[in-house]
Formats: sequence, structure tokens, C-alpha cells
Amino acid sequence: MSEETNNSQQYVVSSSPHTHSGASVRNIMLDVIIATIPAMLMSFWFFGFNAFRLIAVCVISCVIIEALCRKAMGRNVGITDLSAVVTGILLAFNLPPGLPSWMAVVGSFFAIVIAKQLFGGIGYNPFNPALIGRVVLLISFTGPMTTWSSWQAGPDMITTATPLGIVKMAFAAGQKVPFCFDSIMIKRFFIGDINGCIGEVSTAALLAGGIYLLMRRCISWHVPVFYAGTVAVFSGILWKINPALNMPPSFHILAGGLVLGAIFMATDMVTTPVTKKGLIIFGIGCGILTMIIRKWGGYPEGVSFAILLMNAVTPLINKATRPRVFGAKKS
Amino acid sequence: MKTYKAQYKIAGGVHPEYHKELTRDKGIEIMPLPPLLHVYMSQHLGAHAKPILKKGDKVLRGQLIGESTGFVSAAVHAPTSGTVKNIEETRTAAGTFTQTVEIEPDGQDQWTSSLTPISNWESTDSKVLLNAIAAAGITGMGGAGFPSHVKLSPPSGKPIDTIIINGAECEPFLTADYRLMLEHAAEIWEGARIISKILGAKNIRIAIEDNKPEAISAMEKAIGTADDSVHIVILPTEYPHGAEKQQIFAITGRQVPSGGLPMDVGVVVQNVGTALAIRDAVVNGHPLTERVTTVTGLPLAQPKNVMARIGTPYSDLIKFCGGINGVAAKIISGGPMMGLAQSSLDATITKTTSGILVLPAKAVTFYEAMPCISCGRCVEACPVNLMPCDLSQMLEAEDYEAARDCNVMDCVECGCCAYECPAHRPLVQYMRQGKARVSAKILEEKAKQAGKEKK
Repeated sequence: MSEETNNSQQYVVSSSPHTHSGASVRNIMLDVIIATIPAMLMSFWFFGFNAFRLIAVCVISCVIIEALCRKAMGRNVGITDLSAVVTGILLAFNLPPGLPSWMAVVGSFFAIVIAKQLFGGIGYNPFNPALIGRVVLLISFTGPMTTWSSWQAGPDMITTATPLGIVKMAFAAGQKVPFCFDSIMIKRFFIGDINGCIGEVSTAALLAGGIYLLMRRCISWHVPVFYAGTVAVFSGILWKINPALNMPPSFHILAGGLVLGAIFMATDMVTTPVTKKGLIIFGIGCGILTMIIRKWGGYPEGVSFAILLMNAVTPLINKATRPRVFGAKKS
Repeated sequence: MKTYKAQYKIAGGVHPEYHKELTRDKGIEIMPLPPLLHVYMSQHLGAHAKPILKKGDKVLRGQLIGESTGFVSAAVHAPTSGTVKNIEETRTAAGTFTQTVEIEPDGQDQWTSSLTPISNWESTDSKVLLNAIAAAGITGMGGAGFPSHVKLSPPSGKPIDTIIINGAECEPFLTADYRLMLEHAAEIWEGARIISKILGAKNIRIAIEDNKPEAISAMEKAIGTADDSVHIVILPTEYPHGAEKQQIFAITGRQVPSGGLPMDVGVVVQNVGTALAIRDAVVNGHPLTERVTTVTGLPLAQPKNVMARIGTPYSDLIKFCGGINGVAAKIISGGPMMGLAQSSLDATITKTTSGILVLPAKAVTFYEAMPCISCGRCVEACPVNLMPCDLSQMLEAEDYEAARDCNVMDCVECGCCAYECPAHRPLVQYMRQGKARVSAKILEEKAKQAGKEKK
């Protein structure tokens, strides 16, 4: 067209679409942080300053280590996506209240450097960073990682075991069910009045966070429902076969890190499948592995290992559950 | 006649902000003739038309100025009476170059009588009707611009039992089809019957999204007491229910095979505007010389639905709509999901221009793409069941073989994936690029194969 047409105005030219949903990685991370608040408050209530100390140490060390690591690798410092904050909170949630701070920093280092940045940073890590951090600590410092200071004991700080630990030891010693899991116990477990890692004890608070994440579309219901459902069915069968040597399903769901794992760890976007079918398989796999470890494994708790093992097969699940393309021939 | 909700649920889909309130209650306004019209010889899918006039020639409205040059091509007509000022190559809104006939209107707007009106089309042979449609240069007016006479003459092995008149208008902002249904329901209905007669299709389906209840009742009124072969199918308000293959599935449950055409499942889809143009060509003997386009956007002083001549420059349309208040950051030909961004207001209205959208600076954001975080939202949003997250990474790595094996060629480029992506990855953009590269590769292989056979 002629040159004299008004070209004083510059317009942006880009390929469509010219609009966006407004979603961003940062907002998703922010939602996850918000969803951890109820469980965080409960951890302060039950474990006091120790909970605050661990969360603060983990978050600060994760963010600093991420920034330093990115700088050392000559990449732009990407901490504004808040993913290191999420890793820090979730790592802290998976630690026992009495763990020394320096050990928490070691956990942060493994979570951020080894599990995340060495693979290329956010989006490229095959394994859940917080769980790698926890598992490295569990294997390296088994004593401190399985020492539970009962919060009720007050200043004396008696060390006792978690419910899962008590059960494991009892069954290993050939004893029968160590305590009656009645409605009063269920209520205690649901609120979180038990020993455990600082963020895993309160099922009620974790559920509140889970509902928020569902409403904000940060997680889909598939993994939590199929994970907990599989654990319920698996433990239910064992319990039906021999109630004297097995705990009921309600115990397996409320005890240990199952709810924390099912809502916050097994729903991590990066390390879990992208298809709905894949998420269902992932959830069922986590449930089966968790129960196998709890029942027959060396550790009383199997959530971390179960999720990490399923992380490893996520690319395979994605491949196997690729949806049939619209209009493609039925195979 | 029956009205009901679509029975089949399409995969994926997104719910962008619709913004239709800017123009939905604005009746169609006829725009006065601009001082100059620039009529492109390529307004349709297929071979460009060939200009048959020379500088200085007088033309009448509806006179043939560009000849169809192939099986898939369409004739182009003078949008008004006047003088040919120039014929030169210019760039269209789509960014391609084509011969352009510049016409200075004489203000008389006098029609040619080259096409004879067919008032008794019901008793006229389908071939005659098809010829009239071809001679009138009718193309799909929803977006792709596929020549209608080609669409309406499927090969004999492909019987058509259902026609769908597409009034979904799922693109945000656009209300041109909505206004047509409100103001010209009877003519659209007559157009639909002409189409069904030509194809011998026994079923007529009118597809409208459920955010347009007034259009639904207007069409119901126009159709009146037609028998049960006519259904108004109410689609959910969800993008991209206006996309041909998705719409066919939502209404009939049939899946157009990968790489195939609607006629492979016995269906032909025509936009409401196209049905109206077909009726105008047959009943009034009028070639396609004008269309309704939605000129809209927040910075625009008076957003409107405008009946404008083909060849009207965007700048004149925007002037007709009161100009732009403040700063426009982006000009889009079409809607925000699939429209084409313009570098200037020089482009002109074609048979496929459904809207001109002006976006303010605050609606134009620059994103830095992050690595994929595997959230799966693109997989959930894809109406074709692709995995854009994986495909984008294959294409980023230039692995075109893998992308081809993962059905990149089935992408309809609707943009749902990129709309949803929280990492702001240019997903659909990767797909477009990938499709072009894969097509080139397929052609290359074919050429190689042909070369081998010769030896």
C-alpha cells in the first residue's frame, strides 16, 4: 500500500493467541505456599519454636542456595518463581522437630543443588527435591531423623516413637496390635496430636490446604484420592485377613506422612504425570509401594520412597497414557 | 424442529473473557463508502484470483474483477461502482503478497446485472445453484475462507447427510454472526435450505453457543414449523466450539479422521454469514461485495458491528467507529485467540474478516518463556488430545520426526495450550512452526520418492 499512510503508530505484532489465562508459575507456587499455612500454624502449635526454626532455616537456606547455585552456573537467578520457598517449606514439613539446624541445611543443599539445579533447574528435575532432601537426611542421619521429642513431655523432652514406629516395633517383636485405634484416637490423629514430622501430623490442616489447592486448580483430585484410596483398600484387605497383626485402614491413612505426601508431594507438577489417566496410575502406584514398605519394608514409613520411585517412572507413565488423538484410528 | 443441548462433550477447551458486551447490543450499521477500496485477489484459501481489468477501467458493483484460477480458488468482484485506479502487489492482513485492485468509488453504487436472480431455487437444478454460488465468489466467512462451491460439491463417493450452520462464534469480542442471526434469521434459514438442497442432505443443524439465547430464539422463530430434520443445537460457551471438527463432534458424535475433511463423515459446515451470502447470491443475484465485521476493543471510541464493503481499509473502519482513545498497542484482524496481529492499519476487509480488534497497552503483555513445569494444563485444554508440553519440547529440540509421530499435524492451532500455559511457553507457536517444517519435510520426501521412481 502507499507509503504516505500513517505509520507513526507502532503496533505490536505477535503470533496468536493475543490473550492469556493469567496463570503463572509464580502464582501457582504462591498458592502452594498459601495452602501450607494451616499445617504450618498447627506445627507451631504442636512443636513450638522448633517448627518455626526448621521452616525458617529450610526456606532461607533453599532460597540462598538456589540463588548461589544459579549464579555459579551462569544462569539468571530464578528465585522469583518462589519454587525454592515451596521446596524449603515442604522439606521442613518432612523433618522431625528436634533435628539440628545444620542438618536441615544439608537437606536443603541436596534438595536444591543435587535434585534440582544439577538437572537444569525448575521443570527439569525428575525427582521431588524436598523428598530427595529428606531421604538423604534419613539415610545419612538415621538417628536424629527418627528421634521424636514428644511435645507433651514438656521440658524433659522424652524421646518416643511415632505411631507407625510403635506399630512396626510391636509387630517386629511378635506382639499384637499395640494400641486400640478407637474414635478418640482417630480424633487425636485427625487434629494432629501425635508424634511425627512437623508438617505431617495434622490431617485436618493438610486437608484444608488440599481443598484450597483443588479450588485453585493447582492439583487435581486424582492423585490424593487414588493414593489414599489404594492405601485404604490395601490395608483394609490385610486387616480383614488378620486384624490381630494389622492396623485398620483409618490408621494407615491418618498416621505418618500419607496425607502430606498425597496432597503436597505426590501432586508436585514437575515430577508427576501430565495426563489424568497417568495421575491415577501414579496415585495407585504410590499407594501400593507405601503399603509394601510399611508392611514388609525396613522403615516404618514408606511415603517418601514410594513417591520417589513413582517419580522415576513418570516419563514412562506419560508415554503409556498419551491420549488417543481426535480423529485417529482406534488401535 | 427441535432445540436441544449438544450431546457430545469435546475434549479440552478454555473459557477466555468474552467481552462481547462491547458490541452485542449494537445493531449492524452500514458504513458509507470510503474514498478508496483495495480489493485483494487472495481473500480465500487456494489459488489467488487473476485481475482481469486494467488501470482506468470503469466497473459496476458486483462486476467480476478477478477470475478464479483453479479448482480451489474464488472469483472476486467490484465492491461498488467506480474506476480502477491502480493494480499492484500489496500485503494482506495475513501477511502474504497478492495483486490488489484499487477502486475509486463514483458514489453511484450501481449494480451490474451479470448474475440472474433465481427466485424459484427450490425447483432449480443443484448444478445451476452451484454455478451461481461460484460465480458470486462465495467463500467461507468464518475464518479460513474455503471456496463454498468447492465445499458444496463433494465427490460422488462422499454422500452428505447433515449440514451444520455454524453460529457458535466462540472467539471472544466478535458479535458479527450474532447480529446476523438476530437481524437476518429468515435469510440465514433460507440459505441453509439452499445449501441442504444442493448437497441433498436430509439433516440441518444450526449450532449456537448458550451465551446467545436471543439468537437461538430468533432462529427458532425464523425456522418456525419446519419438520424434525431441523435441529437447533445449543453448544456450551467454551472455546473452540466454533472449530469445524470439534463442532461436528459435539453435534453428531462423529470424528473427522485425522488428516481428513468433514465430508469424510458426511457433514458440511457453513458459517451463518456464508449461508446469508449464498442466499443473497442465489435469490438476489448478488456477488459477495460486503460483509459484517465487528470493530471492537476497549480503546475504540464506539465499538460497532459494521456492514462494510470488501476492500475497505482498516483505518477507515476505525475512523467510522470514532477512532481510538489513547494508545492502541495491538491491532488484530479477527479475534484474540486466532486473529492476526497487524503492523499497520493498511490492510483491508476481506471476505473472511470477522472482526478488527484494538487492544490497549495493558492487554499486551510480554512474557519470558520458562521451562515446562509439566502441569498438564495444555493437555487438559487441547481439543485434539495432543500433548503440547511434550510436542513443544520436541520442536524446541528440532526433532521433527518425533513431533510428527506425536501427531503434530493434527493441531488445529486454536491456541488453547498457549492460553493456559503458566510457564508462558509459546506452545501453539511451536506447533505452527513444527507443522510447517513437517509439511516441508513430507513434500521433500515425496519429491525424493518421485525422483527415485523416475530413475
